[in-house]
Amino acid sequence: MSNLVKGKKYQWETVIGLEIHAQVKSNSKLFSNSSTVFGSKPNSQVSLVDAAMPGMLPVINKYCIEQAVKTGIGLKAKINNYSVFDRKNYFYADLPQGYQISQYKYPIVGEGKVTIDFKDGSSKDIRIVRLHLEQDAGKSLHDQNPTKTYVDLNRSGVALMEIVSEPDIRSADEAGLYISKIRSILMYLDTCDGNMQEGSLRADVNISVRKPGDDYGTRCEIKNLNSIKFIKQAINYEVKRQIETLEEGGVIDQNTLLFNTSNGKTRPMRSKEEAHDYRYFPDPDLLPLEINQKDIDKLKISIPELPDDRKKRYVKDYSLSNYDASVLTADKSVSDYFDTVIKSDKSLQDSSKIVVNWITSELFSLLKDNNIEIYDSPVSPNHLGKLVNLIKANVISGKIAKDVLLEMFNSKEDPEIIIQKKGLKQVTDTSEIEIIVDEVLLNNKKMVEEYLSGKDKLLGFFIGQSMKKSKGKANPKILNDILKNKLSKKN
Amino acid sequence: MEFKSITQLKTLLDENKISIKEIAETYIKRINEKKELNIFVYFNEDIIHYQAKEIEKLPNDKTLKGIPIAVKDLFCTKSMPTTAGSKILENFKPTYESFVTQKLINQGSMFVGKTNLDEFAMGSATNTSYFGNTINPLSKNDNPLAPGGSSGGSAAAVAADLCLGATGTDTGGSIRQPASFCGVVGIKPTYGLCSRWGIAAFASSLDQAGIFSKNVKDASILLQEIAGYDQRDSTSSNVQVPSFYKNLNPSLDGKVVGIPKEYTVDGISDEINGVWEEAIKSLEKKGAKIKYVSLPHTKYALPTYYIIAPAEASSNLARYDGVKYGFRASDAKSLDDMYELTRSEGFGKEVKRRILIGTYVLSAGYYDAYYLKAQKVRKLIANDFVETFSDCDLILTPTAPSAAFPLNEKQDDPIKMYLNDVFTVPASLAGIPGISIPYGKDKQGLPLGIQLLSKHYNEQEIFNAAFALEKDYE
Amino acid sequence: MKLDTNTINKIAKLARIRLSEEEAKELLKDMNSILDWVEQLNEVNTDAVEPLANISSAILPQRKDEAQDINSTDEILKNSPDKLEGYFAVPKVVE
Repeated sequence: MSNLVKGKKYQWETVIGLEIHAQVKSNSKLFSNSSTVFGSKPNSQVSLVDAAMPGMLPVINKYCIEQAVKTGIGLKAKINNYSVFDRKNYFYADLPQGYQISQYKYPIVGEGKVTIDFKDGSSKDIRIVRLHLEQDAGKSLHDQNPTKTYVDLNRSGVALMEIVSEPDIRSADEAGLYISKIRSILMYLDTCDGNMQEGSLRADVNISVRKPGDDYGTRCEIKNLNSIKFIKQAINYEVKRQIETLEEGGVIDQNTLLFNTSNGKTRPMRSKEEAHDYRYFPDPDLLPLEINQKDIDKLKISIPELPDDRKKRYVKDYSLSNYDASVLTADKSVSDYFDTVIKSDKSLQDSSKIVVNWITSELFSLLKDNNIEIYDSPVSPNHLGKLVNLIKANVISGKIAKDVLLEMFNSKEDPEIIIQKKGLKQVTDTSEIEIIVDEVLLNNKKMVEEYLSGKDKLLGFFIGQSMKKSKGKANPKILNDILKNKLSKKN
Repeated sequence: MEFKSITQLKTLLDENKISIKEIAETYIKRINEKKELNIFVYFNEDIIHYQAKEIEKLPNDKTLKGIPIAVKDLFCTKSMPTTAGSKILENFKPTYESFVTQKLINQGSMFVGKTNLDEFAMGSATNTSYFGNTINPLSKNDNPLAPGGSSGGSAAAVAADLCLGATGTDTGGSIRQPASFCGVVGIKPTYGLCSRWGIAAFASSLDQAGIFSKNVKDASILLQEIAGYDQRDSTSSNVQVPSFYKNLNPSLDGKVVGIPKEYTVDGISDEINGVWEEAIKSLEKKGAKIKYVSLPHTKYALPTYYIIAPAEASSNLARYDGVKYGFRASDAKSLDDMYELTRSEGFGKEVKRRILIGTYVLSAGYYDAYYLKAQKVRKLIANDFVETFSDCDLILTPTAPSAAFPLNEKQDDPIKMYLNDVFTVPASLAGIPGISIPYGKDKQGLPLGIQLLSKHYNEQEIFNAAFALEKDYE
Repeated sequence: MKLDTNTINKIAKLARIRLSEEEAKELLKDMNSILDWVEQLNEVNTDAVEPLANISSAILPQRKDEAQDINSTDEILKNSPDKLEGYFAVPKVVE
């Protein structure tokens, strides 16, 4: 697949690397015991440590370390037995210590990889450089007061995992697939809640362009994007801007950019000041973090089935296509639902494709219309399995099944009970259908004549009329056969 | 009534010969009489009276019930503001109590005030404080002397009988050197023995709380109380603290005392070397075996220290930015403006100098040449001690290269000032415990100190030897 | 001479300390003599030496993941020179 972008003069290749900041799912912060709950009153979840009071010291959260190790395992990465916490020094209003505790030379997790899947069934590995633990900063609010910036330290000190990719990404779409995949892995592992709206997952995107075969071009970094849509928009805008600049004979300045979500453009950060010099050095308030292999092995055992493994299982056991399987496994709760449906009745294993369709089309649209998450679905996996089996056994038609599903959705009832109550059972008795067909043909003599004189299209009309008379319950195939048979006899 | 020591005052209390109220009144009177020495940054009679009333109610088995203690103003305290000797912390009222002071409170001690110090503990003469010089109580009228530093206020408070014990912190000698200058006992324990929680940080990998007292016994009592594991300090040692006081034993039979040849430095007065000689002889007489040893990297300790300590300080002091507490410059037009004005008005000259040195040695392109190099030399210095202590129980050296010097001397030349710490800094870098006890006087009658060092967590050995040597001058 | 005025101003900017010309001049002299003095470390061969960051022999303690809200907003804001509507307030930042 070619990812080259056409400029006015040349073809260009886009080179993208992502730094994803994923908030560790934990009750308390990385180095203090204040709560991490989102959306609380300003400065209500701030400990003396988070506010950098004199003499306050960091103590690391064991659970956050485990979450980082688990994530590393999920990224098929090397877990480092020895890692070091460094101070990254810079001044900003929402950075109370005047430094961020991060990991620089010795991160907790080393090289790994993530596989992304394309529609055409192919896939690609994106290499991970590292994952390290660090503290989040607080939040600056610039528009609450005409002359002041307000600072809320509730987020200050929350644990983040920074996941850095190699510049292996070649398009906005690939970037979207990559971040979706990372999100999916994190949510399977339950190490991050993946909530991009609340900022639990955000990304800095490094972008450059080059002519194929050339060295890397000068890159720009777009900071702090918190939706896949914006990431794609920002990349597309920035790629176009860089190509236009270069084709007009300009040069790209290495710059930190902000993406304006209302006009879809990037612009350099205004507070550029002097080049940063973070003066990293090992935090003398902390000691090196040593993790022994036994603890890593213990965590390995606790790792659940991850999207890639699940995808492979679906391809192998249920003959789903690679792409279908990757779409299905992207969201753990969807995939869990699917698994429960299939496991509810052995016979469904051969109908996996039908199950997928019923989940991803009919059930999804009902859930979406009613703003319900799949794990709260009123239609239980068990009931959905039953419904599919009823369709397969010709008890109801696919069309009736849609009505039944709606009823299941509204009443949470078993499909069999609904069908019985409402008398929706499909008519497969040929004599009953023959009576209906005869009646229809008798009532539409003129049409029958027209049909016989060559107007084949009228067959649909007869089917429609007969179906209507059966209140939709006639088995479509039997109805079709009988109609054709009867009409041919009239000839 | 004269109060000579904690043990003596405890006896008087036990025998009901004095009340806690009387102790409070005595010390308030004394402190008021010595105001010109500028020993206290914060002193409030009402708070002392209030404490006295509360302490009365405590059970009698509290080890330090009613004992007057002065607190270096680097320890955050709830009952009194905390300044670190800096304008930048003006009016800062901590809502929390440091680990060390809380332990002292728990045992019933009475805080008489917060003592003056070099700004953020950066100095060797208690002359960089925003609140002015402290004067050594041993000064003669016409010649005011420095009390040493940075814990000069605490050392002076003990020397002037304004308390019976004081807390200090020692990063490169800030307890031992002023103890020597003021003629009192000062101990810096092993790095990590006392929690740093609630002590405004100077250089985190070196800072250690310790004690000033009138004698070794009292020091052993006080250190016992402030030591101990604290889960809020990740570098705090989870070790059993021995009963230093109960175990005190002046016998030196069979103990091997190392005398490092590198501590014979040019320009040190004969008097200091003479006192050192005398102590060596005394130890030998008491049954110790003297061994002349070498700590080959000693001369590199000071330059190593003056890279590492400022580097850590430059980062530790970044939090003083006028946002969360303390002083904020007015009329700032932008955030950066506010930072720069606040910090240049809020910090004194020595602190700025060290912040800038520290910033420089950590900056891109210089980190390896300065900071990393210093960390490596630090390792060699620590190794020197490890090797020496493989066949020595103790090391004996002078504490400081001179007796107390006149105020304002050495102020123009930072390196001259830094040389004050030449004998104390190596132990700080190695994280080992050290004590300074007064041992003799110079021609002018000023006290001279000697220093005893031992390996990590071997405070008991130090106390024992110091206890034995102390008897020479009783 | 290790430092020049330009470097010292850059360093001062990084440390957010504003220096008057006179201060910069004086500090330049002090810092250069200090840096010259620490140069003597280059005499020491440290080729095979591991850097020592912290002398503590402790193993990094790890705490349980338990949230405790012990500090109130009032307590946290108590010492702030400028607080408004439950926030710390600083001069307006233009991003």
